Amino acid sequence: MYKVRMVRREHNSMWVEVIVPIMSIILAVAFGWLFLSWSGHDAAATYMRMLNGAIGSKYNLSETVVKAIPLMLAGLAVSLAFRMKLWNIGGEGQLYMGAFAASGIALACGDMSAWLLLPLMLLAGFAAGAIWGGIPGVLRAYWQVNETITTLMLNYVAIFWVSYLVFGPWKDPASMGFPLSARFSLNAYLPVLGTTRVHLGLIIAIIIAVLFYIILNYTRWGYEIRVSGESQEAARYAGINVTRNIILVMLISGGIAGVTGMIEVSGITHRLQQGISPGYGYTGIIVAWLARLNPFAIILVAFLFGALLVGGFGIQTMGISYSIVLILQGAVLFFLLAGEFFRKYRIVLTKGD
Amino acid sequence: MELSALVPFLAAAIVAGTPILFAAVGEVMAERSGILNLGVEGMMLVGAVMGFMITIVTGNHWTGIIAAMAGGGLMALIHAFITVTLKGNQVVSGLALTIFGTGVSGFLGKSYQGMPTADPFTPCVVPLLSDIPVLGPILFKQDVLVYISIILALGFWFLLYRTSWGLTIRSAGENPAAADAVGISVSRVRYLCTIIGGIMAGLGGAYLSLAYVPSWQENLTAGRGWIAVALVIFALWNPLRAIAGAYLFGGVEALAFRLQTAGIQISSFFLSMLPYLLTILVLVLVTVRLRQEAGAPLALGVPYDREER
Repeated sequence: MYKVRMVRREHNSMWVEVIVPIMSIILAVAFGWLFLSWSGHDAAATYMRMLNGAIGSKYNLSETVVKAIPLMLAGLAVSLAFRMKLWNIGGEGQLYMGAFAASGIALACGDMSAWLLLPLMLLAGFAAGAIWGGIPGVLRAYWQVNETITTLMLNYVAIFWVSYLVFGPWKDPASMGFPLSARFSLNAYLPVLGTTRVHLGLIIAIIIAVLFYIILNYTRWGYEIRVSGESQEAARYAGINVTRNIILVMLISGGIAGVTGMIEVSGITHRLQQGISPGYGYTGIIVAWLARLNPFAIILVAFLFGALLVGGFGIQTMGISYSIVLILQGAVLFFLLAGEFFRKYRIVLTKGD
Repeated sequence: MELSALVPFLAAAIVAGTPILFAAVGEVMAERSGILNLGVEGMMLVGAVMGFMITIVTGNHWTGIIAAMAGGGLMALIHAFITVTLKGNQVVSGLALTIFGTGVSGFLGKSYQGMPTADPFTPCVVPLLSDIPVLGPILFKQDVLVYISIILALGFWFLLYRTSWGLTIRSAGENPAAADAVGISVSRVRYLCTIIGGIMAGLGGAYLSLAYVPSWQENLTAGRGWIAVALVIFALWNPLRAIAGAYLFGGVEALAFRLQTAGIQISSFFLSMLPYLLTILVLVLVTVRLRQEAGAPLALGVPYDREER
């Protein structure tokens, strides 16, 4: 009779760090395959269509990048909070608030020069998102109010607020009853690459990733964030002002999610409308987690999920629900969590009775 | 509001609060055993769609209810496996469960979108009791699931605070190492309570698709699962307080609906924000008043590792 025991690993091997995320994606795809077959669909054809839709042509590839940009930013946004073990799941609402504020500027000062208007919109988007993330931050920092719930509830408030605007005061009289704001002036459009829809947001995301990398690895503040994430007790003991850092991190995290909203209205929709985000704020959480919160990995993983989103649109023409994309996303996370176990523990068989 | 308007309003508040009550009481059980499950929204959605589909197939809402319980329970089993057996991160696993459940329910229910329920639950009038003025029409002219939700809340309260099983469950959530030392299988307790939580969330979802709405559409729960999670904190992990809390939230929802139909000039979007804003307000008041998360099971969210005892 062998006894099965789980033994904690003393230290992690490097290959597990890479192999676990890759395996979890492969297993999720396999799971999706089973699910599709079981529900009477042709799994191979579905996946081929997805792949083709995502990277099959130059245009499809550029659309994948278009979807990857907000995922990069949303992933980077929440990753900073996650470093401190702050569960900011309010990226979606912060994104909507950023989109609202940036649209407000674009609609009010449309004749301003683009050189002035775009930075102003970026700033407004950041500020609005920062406020939306900062409220739960302050509540958490001073009164230990659970930020998971507050950030999430604020998502709904933000989405209703934007709906109110586009159905009400900001509704374009020329929209023939559709809930849309007026179109921005050309000065408020983010510059794009050639004839594609890939816009300057890509550069903004990469710059933020680099900044995060430097801050987290080479500055005292980055060190403080990492220590506070490991143990708040230890951080306080080491003289780190945890209260201040919680607020600061939530402000920046929310602010970057707000920038995500800004680049979506300025780069893609060119107006405020309902449903500017098909859940980027939530998918960003998965992206950040899958990338192990590493800023550069977030850029890569976001591309992968951008492909998943664009590919998911493609299969709708086959009569397959877009929901399969959510199923795959959930499955990736489950397998990742399961893999985490093998990162921390070894299974040991010992002979005994 | 006059009495004549107040009675149907309060009756509607109870109906609106019932799906949240089912889910919140279930989550109380899971959290009491030490498992935080943020997947309530996903489990409710799967329950709602399963209950709806099976009711269409069989034409009997009770088979739908059983399917909803099974759906919610199976979803919870995933969470239990990852967080108890594999000691995974409970926050992330719960989020994954919500995303996964949203996908599964949307996928399964695609062709049922907007269909009416085959055999919806209808109010059943309790003889004699329903003739009591005021209270009668509020409490005793509801559908049978409303009574079941109250009985379950009372039952789980009794279980938690008046039985040895309850003590076992609470000890797994407060001090798993001590519980383990006296021979309690912490894993088994946590599995069981997490699954109970899933079954209850499934019931809450089915209440929406089979009694309250009664129909299926994508994302039918619209955040009610998350409100249930917040309600657990509001209720200080006590099923009895969850009853009061659920009806309070139901009241806000019913009020928003009534103001709209009464043509009061407030944008419906602001009224729709109310339950979410109330959740935040309540959470802040409860936490500030009690300092930190007083009342929370001490080992909530912490995986139990026997080797680290």
